[in-house]
Amino acid sequence: MPIKISVRDLAKRFLTDQGSLQVVNGVSFDVADGEFVAIVGPSGCGKSTLMSIIAGFDRPDQGSVTVDGAAGKGPSSKGILISQQGSVFPWLTVQQNLMFGLNDHAPSDKEEIADHYAAIVGLKGFEKSYPHELSGGMLKRVELARALVVKPEILYMDEPFSALDALMSLRMRKELLRILAVERHTVVLITHDVEEAIHLADRIFVLSARPATIQATFEVPFEHPRKLSSPEVQDLRESILRELGV
Amino acid sequence: MVSVAMSKLKRIVPAATVIAILIAIWWLVIVATHSAIFPTPWQVVTGTLELTRDGTLWADIGASLMRVGLGFSLAVSIAVPLGLWMGWVRGAFSTLNPIFQILRPISPIAWIPIAILWFGVGDASPIFLIFMSSVFPMVVQTTAGVHTIERRYLRAAENFGVSRYTLFSRVIIPAVLPQIIVGMRIGLGVAWLVVVAAEMIALRSGLGYLIIDSRNAGNRYDLVIGGMVIIGLIGLSLDGAMRLMEGIRLVKWRYAH
Repeated sequence: MPIKISVRDLAKRFLTDQGSLQVVNGVSFDVADGEFVAIVGPSGCGKSTLMSIIAGFDRPDQGSVTVDGAAGKGPSSKGILISQQGSVFPWLTVQQNLMFGLNDHAPSDKEEIADHYAAIVGLKGFEKSYPHELSGGMLKRVELARALVVKPEILYMDEPFSALDALMSLRMRKELLRILAVERHTVVLITHDVEEAIHLADRIFVLSARPATIQATFEVPFEHPRKLSSPEVQDLRESILRELGV
Repeated sequence: MVSVAMSKLKRIVPAATVIAILIAIWWLVIVATHSAIFPTPWQVVTGTLELTRDGTLWADIGASLMRVGLGFSLAVSIAVPLGLWMGWVRGAFSTLNPIFQILRPISPIAWIPIAILWFGVGDASPIFLIFMSSVFPMVVQTTAGVHTIERRYLRAAENFGVSRYTLFSRVIIPAVLPQIIVGMRIGLGVAWLVVVAAEMIALRSGLGYLIIDSRNAGNRYDLVIGGMVIIGLIGLSLDGAMRLMEGIRLVKWRYAH
């Protein structure tokens, strides 16, 4: 399959009161079109900084990110970032949130598209609700649907389900897999949850402690739907945790 | 429904009791001291009713509200766009903020001589003073509102690549609206304080004029106190009206939880 995202030798340092702090140092990897890669690492290792650079919100000090062979020119609706805190606009209704990224459609089309995606993520009947009237899990659905509406080629997910409880997190993973089976996006997921990575990804990169580099790569050869309690999955989980020093 | 009414009653009763006790003490003190000038609460009521009958009270209330309405609307129409601009454009903020911070602590009362010099003793003077008093808090609140928009929302807008118009109409203005309303509440409160002070000095109508004229024309302290009570009640209703704006759906997200 053709390469969708190519990351080469990324390095980033921040200036602090104590001098400069190397956060990312020499990260390189490729993501194939339609592939789902997960990046796991210890907390505070620079995962979010790495994601910010890959998604185009931050510039690296060194190295490059190319999407479809062209150097990234900052964020665009080609790749939508979904972060842990979420960024559903609290002053817009669910429907208005979903229509937010639709620029060149007639107003009636916008509503139709928004309602279609609301139904896909299970928000039918909540189109006119405001975010503060929804639960955490439903907010994530809004965020996901708002991203899907603009038909992005890439989803950048930075700890998307970490703020949810374990049950809701599992449910959202299953929803995501169901949607991806239809829409085939390329996904880059950042997480500290090894089980989540195994459940979702085709390939897993393990990051080292700061400054972040790729320490190990694991293929996840299991067919969907994956049975997380199977011995093979448990073995893979053990090896990844060993890499993380746990 | 009964329990809602009961809990409302429970909140009102203590406040009403305090007011009743204060009025009772006032009344007792006047009766005990046989004061010739200071009126009893009942004299205040009858004096005020007298004013409503000949129509001067309504004319004075109307004059004060008209001045506040004009000065305040003018201030809103300048302060909100200016505050949005200063909040969004760093250069505008660093250029204009220092002068505003110097002008802001000057009491509007200190502007009265200048207002008379520039605008004479007509309606323009108090309107100018109200404008000066309410424009600064609203600029400051609006600017702070833009500065405190959470980065994740701006990032999301950037991510979807929306037009400048959409960015302003769908993200920045709704995000700042709750702060604008806070600024308007502060601004209107100050405006109401200032109109009374301004009318005491230069004008021949309005609630401030009513108070000062009642004192000068024969020590009518019953009308002085009646005027004060009415100023307080109107101020309370103005604030209540502004609070209603916090309930509109577009800004409810800020006050929910």
